Amino acid sequence: MIGEIPGGPLPIPVPGTADLDVGALLRAEWGRLLSALIRTLGDFDVAEEALQDAFAAAVVSWAAGAPRNPRAWLFGTARHKALDRLRRRARFEVKLDVLPDEPGEVEEEPEVPDERLRLIFTCCHPALAEEAQVALTLRSLCGLSTEAIARAFLVPVATMAQRLVRAKAKIRGAGIPYRVPSLDELPERLAVVLAVIYLVFNEGYSAAPGDRLVRGELCAEAIELGRVLKALLAIPVPELDAVLALMLLHDARRPARTSGDELVLLADQDRSRWNRAQIEEGRALVLGAVRLGNLGTYALEAAIAAAHAEAVRAEDTDWRQIAALYGRLESLHPSPVVALNRAVAVSMAEGPAAALPLVDALARSLADYYLLHATRADLLRRLGRREDAIAAYERARSMTQNEAERRFLTRRVHELQGQGLS
Amino acid sequence: MQYLLLIYEDEKRFAKGYDPKEMAAYGAFGTEFKDALKVGHALQLTNSATTVRVREGKRLTTDGPFAETKEQLGGFYLLEAKDIDEAIHIAGKIPAARFGSIEVRPIMTFS
Repeated sequence: MIGEIPGGPLPIPVPGTADLDVGALLRAEWGRLLSALIRTLGDFDVAEEALQDAFAAAVVSWAAGAPRNPRAWLFGTARHKALDRLRRRARFEVKLDVLPDEPGEVEEEPEVPDERLRLIFTCCHPALAEEAQVALTLRSLCGLSTEAIARAFLVPVATMAQRLVRAKAKIRGAGIPYRVPSLDELPERLAVVLAVIYLVFNEGYSAAPGDRLVRGELCAEAIELGRVLKALLAIPVPELDAVLALMLLHDARRPARTSGDELVLLADQDRSRWNRAQIEEGRALVLGAVRLGNLGTYALEAAIAAAHAEAVRAEDTDWRQIAALYGRLESLHPSPVVALNRAVAVSMAEGPAAALPLVDALARSLADYYLLHATRADLLRRLGRREDAIAAYERARSMTQNEAERRFLTRRVHELQGQGLS
Repeated sequence: MQYLLLIYEDEKRFAKGYDPKEMAAYGAFGTEFKDALKVGHALQLTNSATTVRVREGKRLTTDGPFAETKEQLGGFYLLEAKDIDEAIHIAGKIPAARFGSIEVRPIMTFS
């Protein structure tokens, strides 16, 4: 896969057969086609409408058989439709001379340029609000419908549609360019892109099991975006490798993370269901990033995920290394949530008694955070302080709305109450 | 495109006048971007401001700026730039960007 641009190779349909799935093609090709069309037409909205028209036309035209090169057909058709539209509009304006002559037959472009790098940096421009960056990226690069994005972010469709319209209006109105930033701008701009990609991933990853069908695909989209970015950037970017590694390593555990509607803890997961190929890929990426001297937040988090993934059984986990990595993360980025994670690692490396004071020290700053109470409950349970543990589990349960988490905490309380009876 | 760069900062910094080193930095900034900068002015402090409103045909004149804020409008540049990236680049070079903030606003064109 190395060096191969995702979305590059296409399933080549046999001419004269109608077995091409237009819906799947749309998802695979949307970003690349749109990026090329915006470049040619210089307008987001015109390009988007024209591409939609082209896919609609494909459904009809390809009924008897798909063309030899579907991507080129779609690009040619969309451009044709867009120029048509612009020409009709131009009758009322004076820009007619900038438009080429009326095209005759739709000509197939032999090679549709890949302009997705421009598109990524424009969608993730820091002059746009973060929620607009995310929505625009999913719509423009991943080809997700407005309805699907609205569902994924739990907002009404009208709100999401409005958000996209405003974002595109700002691109036009404020003069956000359609270009790849220069080398000296790249660190600042890339940080925004990585934040957007990771946000999309987390939105999918943290979705409750019940929401999996709607949001699970966000993980795949985020990983795909990371791959595209890596393939298109001509220079090695350790921070990008670290984000990609982090996503791959987390995502590799996804099949084992839930059982039915229940959440399965890392320690209890069936590790044979982890995606080994993805873990190897993630490990190689994080090693490479660290070797290039990148020990930023993403790289440290990826190294932690790699340490978990390396353990064949839960009890083989190198908790000392994980605790040390959390320590470095904390010194880089002081945060009570990171401190809580370090405390958990310490409890595994040195026992619950060593970790309890670390957790108690966070009681004030994380008073409303259910995981603080769930962690505390777990330490108390392991220390044999049954009544305190039950109280802490119940406190944790009152703080989460996630049904799977609530069921898990209830189960723990019942287990402890059961122990009390025996 | 044209952009207005609005300079906001805490004007208390200037209670005792202007730092000559900072003035020199503004001079250097003006020279470096003289082609892009169309107009630029510093404003007198907000205690010199007067706000005017007309309501139901009646003019109301009051002392002070329209809103009390932590950072005040202290100056502006009118800029000609290729796109917002160039405007952001130049905005980041304004000495005040290190203390306050620069709002970048595209100029409206009515066709």
